[in-house]
Amino acid sequence: MPSVSAIRRSHDEPCYTRAVLRIARLLVRRFLRAIPIVLGIAVFNFLLLQLAPGDAVDVLVGEAGGATPEYVAELRTRFGLDQPVPVQLGRYLANVATLDLGYSFRHNMPVASLILSRLPATLLLMAGAIGIAFTAGVLLGVTAARNVRRPLDAIVSVVALLAYATPVFWIGLMLILLFSVHLQWLPSGGMLTVGADLAGWDLMVDVLRHMVLPTVTLALFYLALYTRLMRASMLEVYGQDYVTTARAKGAGESRVAFHHVLRNALLPMVTMLGLQVGSLLGGSVLVETVFGWPGLGRLAFEAVFQRDHNLLLGILLLSSVLVVVANIVVDLLYARLDPRIELT
Amino acid sequence: MKSFFRLFVRNRAAVAGAMILLGVLAMAILAPILYPDDPWDMVAEPYLAPGANPDYALGTDMMGRDLAAGIFHGARVSLLIGLVATSVALLLGVTIGALSGYYGGHVDRALMRLTELFQTIPAFLFAIVLVAIFEPSVTTIVLAIGVVSWPPVARLTRGEFLGLRSREFVLACEAMGMSDVRIILRHCLPNAAAPIIVTGSLMVATAILTEAGLAFLGLGDPNVMSWGTIIGAGREVLRSAWYVCTLPGIAILLTVLAINLVGEGLNDALNPRLRNR
Repeated sequence: MPSVSAIRRSHDEPCYTRAVLRIARLLVRRFLRAIPIVLGIAVFNFLLLQLAPGDAVDVLVGEAGGATPEYVAELRTRFGLDQPVPVQLGRYLANVATLDLGYSFRHNMPVASLILSRLPATLLLMAGAIGIAFTAGVLLGVTAARNVRRPLDAIVSVVALLAYATPVFWIGLMLILLFSVHLQWLPSGGMLTVGADLAGWDLMVDVLRHMVLPTVTLALFYLALYTRLMRASMLEVYGQDYVTTARAKGAGESRVAFHHVLRNALLPMVTMLGLQVGSLLGGSVLVETVFGWPGLGRLAFEAVFQRDHNLLLGILLLSSVLVVVANIVVDLLYARLDPRIELT
Repeated sequence: MKSFFRLFVRNRAAVAGAMILLGVLAMAILAPILYPDDPWDMVAEPYLAPGANPDYALGTDMMGRDLAAGIFHGARVSLLIGLVATSVALLLGVTIGALSGYYGGHVDRALMRLTELFQTIPAFLFAIVLVAIFEPSVTTIVLAIGVVSWPPVARLTRGEFLGLRSREFVLACEAMGMSDVRIILRHCLPNAAAPIIVTGSLMVATAILTEAGLAFLGLGDPNVMSWGTIIGAGREVLRSAWYVCTLPGIAILLTVLAINLVGEGLNDALNPRLRNR
């Protein structure tokens, strides 16, 4: 007679393989669906580049302070700009497929490596902001929902309403005014103390100190959003029958809130997380500009002023790819959290 | 209409929002009367703190420009761009969503792919690129904000139209031989209007924030005074003259807050079934 655990194991194993297969299938399907979108964005990018007044050669010649018409024509031939538009489009797409996004003459670097060198700082900022916003949003939302229509709920809701309406760049400036200028607790910009030459633990502390204000600034809007969503989601789940059952069997209010309601109320939050990646990237342009954070957003801001359209479109393309990837990750997370969902 | 008004008034926050919004609207209308001169003019000594000189109650910036004049004229620009950009987004989104939901099939698939494409590109970054490439002006800013913000409207409208498409009154119209355009505009659209109006009202707030962000980055129309522009310029003197950045920011905050409150009030009044959510 087999033991209970043996039965369990023999029952679990095919289940486990099935789950892995399901995830793998989902992953393949998602990637296949992402291809036309990325391709579409690349074509769109190319069209924008065509519509922009002046081409790469104009920029180059402007930079050099003028050139003879013969030389300009020669440059156009060398860059393939004298070819018909469909040929240029084909070449552009082939380049994008090999991650060749062109050359930034201002930075004297290929666009792709320039972007990759700035990406980690932005990802750090975004991850910090999402972490703060999600955690605090869940806590505040749960607090508000458990105290619905009481003073605590009112306070949380009003604060969320205000944070929701505040321009992100303005709150950044106000935080600098308070914490850097008046209280002098935190640095007002940059990612590292210039010239301090720190290493190891000290370096980490230094980066963390520089990170506080930009991450909180970027997080604030999403904190408000998640708080409101979490409150609404909790209240909705509270109304369901199984919650009454849990109460009837004698579960305490805290256990009902955290064990029974919270888990189900988190699902819409995960969906929201995926939807916010693009908007976070936009927000980080403003935050990085305010705090001089050396990331992708700051690079985009510089590209605007240097009229570096190649770089700007490269950033737009890679950011869109980042959104596509984030959506796939969220879908996987979702399939993991809620096995009922068969994603198509 | 009467019941709509009664429902709206029952939401006290929405009434407060409407009052603030009326105040901002009054600022926008009165700006050319109270401050007939160009808000870019240098009128007094620079760095005048708020309250230091009663003629310039809100102080002056680093160039001696009157901040109160800037904020009043900025209200015009913010409201105008917010409203027109939202209209552009609604026009695009409702058209695409209505065609998608009404015709279904290949039309739906193609249009939804397009929507997905636009939804994937990060909106604010996209707006920056559009304005930067086509040079900043009120027109390009309005179009850029409209172009980046229509996808949610298209999805919403499509959903509504999908539901309406198989309803009996629409089938009856079809059987009567009514043209598609007429069915879409006269029969489906009015029934889908409530959620679209609510979404549209909230989009005005987002559009104002986007415009302020663009102007802050230096992508405002160089010919008009915008709240974001004042903050962007005042940033350089944040340490010595805090009020240059602070005051226009409060104006943006109040306006956006007011629009959000009004939008929620409209939601309560137009979708009474969802009121308790």
